[in-house]
This record gives sequence, structure tokens and C-alpha cells, in this order.
Amino acid sequence: MLSIKNLTASINGTPVLKGIDLDIKAGEIHAIMGPNGSGKSTLGKVLAGHPAYEVTGGEVLFEGRDLFRMAADERARAGLFMGFQHPIEVPGVSNASFLRLAYNKKAEAEGRDELDPLEFDDFIHEKIKLVAMREEFLDRSLNEGFSGGEKKRNEILQMAVLEPKLAILDELDSGLDIDALRVLGDAVNRLQRADRALLIITHFPRILETIQPDYVHVLSGGRILKSAGKELALELEERGYDWVLEASAAGGAR
Amino acid sequence: MSTTLNVVTSQDYKYGFVTDIEADSVAAGLNEEVIRFISAKKGEPDWLLEFRLKAYRHWLTLAEPDWANVHYPRPDFQKIVYYSAPKAKTPKYASMDEVDPELLRTFEKLGVPINEQASLAGVAVDVVFDSVSVTTTYKEKLKTFGIIFCSFSEAVKEHPELIRKYLGSVVPPADNFYAALNSAVFTDGSFVFIPKGVTCPMDLSTYFRINNKDSGQFERTLIVAEEGASVSYLEGCTAPQFDTNQLHAAVVELVALDQASIKYSTVQNWYAGDKNGVGGIFNFVTKRGLCKGKASRISWTQVETGSAITWKYPSCILLGDESIGEFYSVALTNHKQQADTGTKMVHIGKNTKSTIISKGISAGDSSNSYRGLVKVQPRAEGARNFSQCDSMLIGHTCSASTFPYIEVQNRSARVEHEATTSKIGEEQLFYFQQRGIPAEEAISMIINGFCKDVFRELPMEFAVEATKLLSLKLEGSVG
Repeated sequence: MLSIKNLTASINGTPVLKGIDLDIKAGEIHAIMGPNGSGKSTLGKVLAGHPAYEVTGGEVLFEGRDLFRMAADERARAGLFMGFQHPIEVPGVSNASFLRLAYNKKAEAEGRDELDPLEFDDFIHEKIKLVAMREEFLDRSLNEGFSGGEKKRNEILQMAVLEPKLAILDELDSGLDIDALRVLGDAVNRLQRADRALLIITHFPRILETIQPDYVHVLSGGRILKSAGKELALELEERGYDWVLEASAAGGAR
Repeated sequence: MSTTLNVVTSQDYKYGFVTDIEADSVAAGLNEEVIRFISAKKGEPDWLLEFRLKAYRHWLTLAEPDWANVHYPRPDFQKIVYYSAPKAKTPKYASMDEVDPELLRTFEKLGVPINEQASLAGVAVDVVFDSVSVTTTYKEKLKTFGIIFCSFSEAVKEHPELIRKYLGSVVPPADNFYAALNSAVFTDGSFVFIPKGVTCPMDLSTYFRINNKDSGQFERTLIVAEEGASVSYLEGCTAPQFDTNQLHAAVVELVALDQASIKYSTVQNWYAGDKNGVGGIFNFVTKRGLCKGKASRISWTQVETGSAITWKYPSCILLGDESIGEFYSVALTNHKQQADTGTKMVHIGKNTKSTIISKGISAGDSSNSYRGLVKVQPRAEGARNFSQCDSMLIGHTCSASTFPYIEVQNRSARVEHEATTSKIGEEQLFYFQQRGIPAEEAISMIINGFCKDVFRELPMEFAVEATKLLSLKLEGSVG
């Protein structure tokens, strides 16, 4: 589904990603972990096409297509979704109309029927149950005045509406209490299918108790230092990141 | 900066064509002879000629104001043509058949309904081309309600007593530089009179078109709503694309008696000049409403998207006790456009209320200022005002300023002012794009959300038009 080869990227001339290799197949769940400032959020933004980052080398294929030849909105319509760490607020634009426009853009790209406001109303009322969101949030302005948790709930609602092939979730757990984390974690699990993949970006292993990854990668200094199965998350929880960094430095291993 | 924030702003101006029509014009320049010529051409009574000459003599003593946050070459008043009319066999068209077909085609192209059969249901239109009113639709139907809706020139002839009573009663000829100029040389415009207790059954509308390259447009609009009457009035305007500047200096006066209500909506789309700021209309307009009677209400809604320079402050004088003034404004500037616009709410009567909602959007290299005065006079017991002025910047070479003036002379007054500035930046656009929404649609959605509080005050068809217009104006500023 996603194949990243020797990807390098910089922001304002400063290199942030220094050669990333990663393969994600359909049905897999990958977790990218690492200390703050390691470049893990950058990886998500580069894949999603954030304009502030410059891709300086490497290649990324998404479903066999050259990702960097597609505009950000094209990538989204092709099935690449990013759940934001800090979703923005947009006054005056109702959440429901934003969700419907996003849904219809994707439907249009896939040659499916677009939904009129009434049809969408039925559709979205089913979807909000999945994330246990209250109806009133549909009529409110997009993310405006939402708490941190409500914003994250809204991100997963958007994921449920768009049903992406690959969802990159950037720090889904930040700003969430235990109960909300469980609800959203369960929702993400229910959305996962054999033809879809997940890339979870997180600092804390806690979220990986609910969304269990097949692979865990430790990213630091713009490189993946270690990749292993889900047991690595537990080890990181117990021992922190330093031992991975030290082992990597001592072995010169990469 | 991303490519995205440089493209959504360069749609061509589609109303920029010139109608090739023979015009009956006076030579350029301004003196008492020109004023006498205009007055004679319109067959005006002596008192009106005196009104003009007095205004002119006062204007000579005034200096052009320079306090607004706009910069432009001062117009040369001796180079402007003060009277220009499409040539006709008869001075006033008796029927539509006598109107030059070229003129009819012009308005067809502009989408202005001047043929009653083909017109939008429920909107009566007065059409002003350069200095004259071409036609007014639904006049006969309105007459059965006692409503007068006609060109200003016609009103001077048919209803001189009303004109004499109200002309200059809200904006005196000596009010300001451009109001004095307008009072001296105004050529045509619309007159509306809604008699006591009548609710006007349809929206009334005036469509202004400047065609002549050297002419100025100086129209005069007067709307009077008697006790308990109400009316909704719409104004639209366009001009051809020239590389010189044309001056538009209108005066609009509204008078609302006891319990009367006037809603005045404008969608202003004068030619704004090109990307480099060459050409475009100088829009220097005085608009003021007098809430003369108890519990009267005047509401201004404006969507300002055109003109090279905009300088206008639709205002309300809240004289009657419990009267209400409202100002809802969206001002969009792009490229080299400059706008200094806002309102004045003068609270004189007791328990008067005013609301100001202003949304400024700047893109390109433009400059957009809100300037507003809220004044509470000593006997305005219980006066209340709420002001909200929001600015949105697109890109980083434009500017937005807010100049609120608040003068309160009564302790029981409550005045609230809120202001915000936001930016459509990369983060917002990226969020929309990440959900599969292309940049231009994203901007249009963000802008419409930003302007929602104003758009909902517009009549339905105008609101749809305004939404489209804003998107068009911003096309190309993000890319």
C-alpha cells in the first residue's frame, strides 16, 4: 500500500527526515514512536503533503502511484487520511457541511453518487454513534470551541466518513482522557479492515494497548533506529527511549 | 510561501465591456454654467437650481478630505464630464420600444431585468445609465399601493413637495466635500416613498451603470417610509473597464418615521482596476439614514467588492426614542484595492439600539480599513450598541486596520466592541485539502463562514449573488 524509500525532507532548509525506509501493506497496523522532536510528526505531514516541508530526496509510492506527484487534496481523495494532532478551528463553517463537502469530493472522485443534505443527515447520524459524539456537534462551527478531546473525536468521525485506505493518526492520544481514548481506539479498530492500513504516530505507548500494532518503529533524529513487533512498545513503556538511542549510537548500527 | 496562497485572486472582471452608444454630454469641467445646464436639461424648478448653486458655492470653499486610510491621485474636477446621457429621440422613453436596443442588450448582458415579463418575480428595478434613469419597472403596480418608485428627475417633476421637504434633510449640502459636490451636480437616481402603514409588496432595486469613460456618476437616492411603513431596497452597480479612474460620488438619504422600517442592501461591484492598480472607480459615497420617528428602524447591509478606492460610511441617526440602527458589512479588497469603510451610529433618542457587524477581507497587496463611530448623546438614556469588527487576511502582502471611535455622553449607555483578526493561512488550507477539498473551494467555504452573519441579512437572491461574487473575486489568490 505504502512504500517509502530513503525519504529525506527539510523545513526552511533544515533537514528533518534523514533517510526513512518503511513498507506498509494492506491490513497492517504500524506505530511510529519516538521522543519529542524526533521527526515523527514531520513524517505524517510530508506524506499528507503539508506545504511547509520540502521533500529533498527519496521516493514514496502509494498504491503504486508516485505520492509526490499528487497535490494534497488529490492524495486525500485517493484514500490517504491524516488525523491531526491539533485540528484547526473554522468559525462559521458548520461541521456537518464540511463533512458533507469532504464526503462528496471523495465520492465524486470515485464515481459514486454524492449525498444531498437530507441523505447525508441519515448517513452521518449512523457515523456519530461510532465515536459517541453528540448530535449538537454537527451543527456547530468546525472545531470552534471544541475541547481537545472533542476535536480528536471529530477527527475520527472524519475518518469514519471518508473510510481511507491509509490513515495516519498523529498523537491521537494527546488531550484525551482514558475513557475517550478507549472509545476512539475501539472506533479506529472497527474501521480497520483487511484492505486498509494504519500508521499510528505516538509518543506514549498507552494508546497501543487499545490499537495493537503489528510493527513498532522507533524514530529519532530523522531516522528509524529500530523496528520490531508490538512487544517493543511494552519495552519502551518500561525502559523509555534512551536505551534504543544509546544502542544505536554504540553499534553505529544502521 | 506555498503556491496555494498566490493564485485564488485574478478572475477577469466580466462587466468590463463598453456599450457603443451615442451620448448627449456636456463638455468636461465644472462651473455655474454647467450646473445651470444640468438643471435646465432636467427642467427643474428654481428652488432646486438654487439648492445646487448654493451647494456648489459652498463646495468651492472646501478642501478634499485626506483623513481616510487611502492613497490615490486627487481627481481633477475640471476633467470630469458632469452630464452624460444615452441619446434618445424623445427626452423620456414612453415605452421600452423607444429605448436604444444597444442599451437593452447592455442590461441583458449584465443580467439586469428591465423587462417586466422577463424580470425576477417580485423585484421592481430603476435602471440608471451614466447620468439618467433609463426605466423603472412595476411602477404602475406599486402605484395601487400608493407607493412611489421612480427616477429622481421624475420625482422632482411629479412630487416636488416631497422632494423639497426631504432633499438634504439627512445629508445637508454642506455635510462634506463629496456630498456638496453631489448636491451641486447630481443627475439622477431613485426616489421611493412608502405611505403610512404600507408594507412594500416587493423588493425595490436600482441598478447603476457607468458607461462613459470621462463621466462621473453623481446619483441621488431618497427613500422615505412614513409611519408604520416598511420597504426593502437593493442597489447594484458595475462599470466598464478603463485604464483611467472614474469618480462615483453618490448621496443616499433615508428617512424613517414612527415605527417605519427601511432595509437597504448593496452589492457593489464597480470596476476595481487591474492587478497593478491601473484604472477603476473612485467610490466616494455619503449614505445616511435618519430614524426620525419612535421605534423606527434602518438597516444597512453592504457587500463591497469593487472600486479602486472605497470611502463610505452608511450611518444611522437614531433620533426617535427606541429606534434601531443596524450595519452589516462585508468589504473585500484584492490586488491594489483600498477600502476605508464603516459606519456611524449616533444615539440621540432614549433606549436607542445599534448593531455593527463588519467583516473585512484583504488579499493581494490591498488595504482594508474599518472606521466606525458610536456616539451616545447626553439625553440618549439607555442607549445600547454592540460592535463586532473582524478582519481576515489572505496571504501576507495585504493589510487590515480597525479605527473604532466611541464617544459616550450618557452614563446609562452600554457600548460593546469586539474585534478579531485572523489569517487564512497554510494550516487552514492544508486541513481542508487533507480532507480532499481543493484550495479554491476551501477558501470559498472559509470566507462564506466568516461572512455568514452578514449574508443572512441579505435578501435571498442577493445572498447567492454575493457568495458567488466573493469566490470570483478571490479566484487566483490561492494556488
